[in-house]
Amino acid sequence: MQKELLQYTLRLGDNALILGQRLGEWCGHGPVLEQDIALSNIALDQLGQARMLLQYAAEIKGGDYTEDKLAFHRDITEYHNLLLLELENGDWAKTIARQFLFDTFNYFQYSALLESKDDTIRAIAQKAIKEITYHAQWSAEWVIRLGDGTEESHKRMKDAINDLWEWTGEMFMADEIDTKMLEAGIGADLGNIKTLWDEKVAQILAMATLKLPTDDWAQTGGKQGEHTEYMGFLLAEMQHLPRMYPEAQW
Amino acid sequence: MSNKDNWKIWEVFIRSRNGLSHKHVGSLHAPDADMAIKNARDVYTRRSEGISIWVVPSDEITASNPEENEPLFTPADDKVYRHPTFYDIPDEIGHM
Repeated sequence: MQKELLQYTLRLGDNALILGQRLGEWCGHGPVLEQDIALSNIALDQLGQARMLLQYAAEIKGGDYTEDKLAFHRDITEYHNLLLLELENGDWAKTIARQFLFDTFNYFQYSALLESKDDTIRAIAQKAIKEITYHAQWSAEWVIRLGDGTEESHKRMKDAINDLWEWTGEMFMADEIDTKMLEAGIGADLGNIKTLWDEKVAQILAMATLKLPTDDWAQTGGKQGEHTEYMGFLLAEMQHLPRMYPEAQW
Repeated sequence: MSNKDNWKIWEVFIRSRNGLSHKHVGSLHAPDADMAIKNARDVYTRRSEGISIWVVPSDEITASNPEENEPLFTPADDKVYRHPTFYDIPDEIGHM
């Protein structure tokens, strides 16, 4: 069970870490100062969550593992984040679309984890849910603004949702680890989350005057460690300093 | 962002804790009041500065005219008796 708990914790932690890293790329490049700060705030929230989860993962793993070692010294196949989160940022609409699709999932996921039988995961969820609730509101509002905005913003938002849609199915595909964690009362029920997510996403897209994509073919593999071509570049940027100078201090 | 002109300027007021009044902390850009509140949250309350936010469109503010400073403000300068400096305020009173 420790093996499954470790994998499950790494999935949660890597989702937060990789999305945080991606969002960090916007720092200094946001379309307006206020949104640059908003997105950097969200990036920092994600990194904060990643730290708590990777600290816990290091504790489960034991030995001389630390959060930093997990964040900076694992290879690509040892990462367990969703593929959606490692994709390139694209334009503002694509970044917003990814955030909205994931935040909505993450909100329901962490709401479920508030009942987790694992004390640490439950405690992390209690802290994170407030941040995640804000992220989900923020990104949903932007989807509505852009979808129900100008001709240009509508088109960009529509393209972004359509492009990212095939990367959303992975969130709900339970494998052996998800199933075992659910049975142990530790993990979230992805089936329930899918129902809630479908409903919420349909509601927001309707408000944004956007069509709900119906294609349900999904890209998968991230949770099991098979990543896209974009992930290597992301890790290279994120890891090169601690790998080149392992003793480097801030 | 050719539509940047749509983002008008808002003045932001923050109440740092109960019992204090809202204080002007700065300004920001936003297309409407909802986003002005969210932007203010992100720009001005990241370090637990506040528990309540007000935003006001800058162009809704009527300001005094600097050219009228003399008639408006200098008559108060020589009226020291208007300052309650002759009283000791007990510590328990806190902010007045």
